[in-house]
Amino acid sequence: MEIKIFGHKDTRSGFGDGLLELGRRNPKVVALCADLTGSLKMDAFAKEFPERFFQTGIAEANMMGIAAGLATGGYIPFTGTFANFSTGRVYDQIRQSIAYSGKNVKICASHAGVTLGEDGATHQILEDIGMMKMLPGMAVVVPADYNQTKAATIAMAEWDGPVYLRFGRPKWPIFMPEDAPFVIGKADQLTEGEHLTIVATGHMVWIALLAAQQLDKEGIRAEVINMHTIKPLDEAAVLNSVRKTGCVVTAEEHQMAGGLGESIASLLVRQMPVPMEMVAVNDRFGQSGTPEELLVEYGLDADHIVAAARKALQRKG
Amino acid sequence: MHTLEELKSIATQVRRDIIRMVHACQSGHPGGSLGCADFMTALFFNQLRIDPAKFSMDGKGEDMFFLSNGHISPVFYSVLARRGYFPVSELATFRRLHSRLQGHPATLEGLPGIRVASGSLGQGLSVAVGAALAKKLAGDDKLVWVLMGDGEQQEGQIWEAAMFAGARKVDNLIGVIDYNGKQIDGPVDEVMPLGDLKAKYEAFGWKVISFDGNDIAQTVDTLNQARNKACGGQPQLLLMKTEMGMGVDFMMGTHKWHGSAPNDAQAASALAQLPETLGDY
Repeated sequence: MEIKIFGHKDTRSGFGDGLLELGRRNPKVVALCADLTGSLKMDAFAKEFPERFFQTGIAEANMMGIAAGLATGGYIPFTGTFANFSTGRVYDQIRQSIAYSGKNVKICASHAGVTLGEDGATHQILEDIGMMKMLPGMAVVVPADYNQTKAATIAMAEWDGPVYLRFGRPKWPIFMPEDAPFVIGKADQLTEGEHLTIVATGHMVWIALLAAQQLDKEGIRAEVINMHTIKPLDEAAVLNSVRKTGCVVTAEEHQMAGGLGESIASLLVRQMPVPMEMVAVNDRFGQSGTPEELLVEYGLDADHIVAAARKALQRKG
Repeated sequence: MHTLEELKSIATQVRRDIIRMVHACQSGHPGGSLGCADFMTALFFNQLRIDPAKFSMDGKGEDMFFLSNGHISPVFYSVLARRGYFPVSELATFRRLHSRLQGHPATLEGLPGIRVASGSLGQGLSVAVGAALAKKLAGDDKLVWVLMGDGEQQEGQIWEAAMFAGARKVDNLIGVIDYNGKQIDGPVDEVMPLGDLKAKYEAFGWKVISFDGNDIAQTVDTLNQARNKACGGQPQLLLMKTEMGMGVDFMMGTHKWHGSAPNDAQAASALAQLPETLGDY
């Protein structure tokens, strides 16, 4: 089993490049940033479209409100700040002024998860997917690599309604082809197999592929599904695969509570109960370290996915 | 344009609507609603350049109004209905199951005239700033108005928005503060004093005008003045002195009626002080 890599780049650059392209294509697209233009890779958009870029300063709540107002006026605002400040800090603003008000705001959140690394727990939010997916009408998109983040950013502009887009800081392998179609709510099946389904999201899709490679050497064929949209969930993709394999492992850089794994578990327990294991952070805050060290420390590396796969397979009998 | 006498008469009917709505469902916020009845009447019947029959969410080519202190929804709903946004009879559904008139204003039910949900305080000024920026981007020369409470000024987000609007010269924006000096727990000066609001907004680059919001002639004058001075490089703030519960003797001079409904006898007494002018729903 071979995986083709097209290079290494950070997913936030995919967002920045997607936003710039979108700005050229769609004059209704506007962008707001709370003093993190460089970190979010929004500088190119800000430079090319100064009249459509709003620097709000370190005032995230106001940024969300202004975005809601711009959306009311018919524009498509993309807000940019770290995932922590894009969700927890402004949950009420998003809930009332954006989600409940039905505003077409795209909340773009960088530096999510433990792969942020050395900045530590204050910035490594691991609860954001849960908070956002609980909001009625909010779509939640977590692309897997640079190419997909760029494609997702562009696709979001066409989606009618609020979207939460989650991406990260570190350089990461690019394995999705540049021209791969991206449809919100339509998962990518990356490998074929009959023994096990691995459903992963974000950076963890790459690690799931590494795990599938290891399993392949032992004669275990895993189907890897890139669940880039947590909500609306591509239920058919999961059920079709699990019908074939009979067991599943989920993998995400997020708390077990409220994340992708819970969404899949909820689907399966209602429609197709099978042995399932979740690879996720289990009720802990993050800490400082390198991304690689943290993935191991929090049980998010390929070895942990392989171990979870063995457990699920064993329970399948 | 309405004469001052006509505006007074509409405001009286709006006050009747408020009492009847809150009494009927035994919940809601009559105090601040009554205090803002004169301002809301003057704004919607004499000031805003709007066409209720052609309400659109983006408000292109017309003035836009946002209510930040959403709990005074009774006065907002009454004025919208009386101005022709939706049938006056719908006021009878206030706070009922499946009604478009939620306890606090919301957009999901599709009530014409409402452009954002409000109720969780402190967010309306930011939204109005965004709407004003959208008008500038679109080359639309109409204005954005937003009403806030005085207690609401305690929310930090207000000051983020005030800072932004002043710094970025969002001068097609007119903010109004209902300065009645009362909030749920008591007088604003006791719960959390606001200090010199005029000086604070001026420090952020706003032009501030003070007026008596229960004097309808003064209100009309002030709103005209604000519109004429709009787009002069500064956002404007209207510091509007009002009396909570205005128009109903036993509701005035206390914060008790911020969020409580009158019983049958109290409602009858209130309505006796506010004779029907346009006809009840």
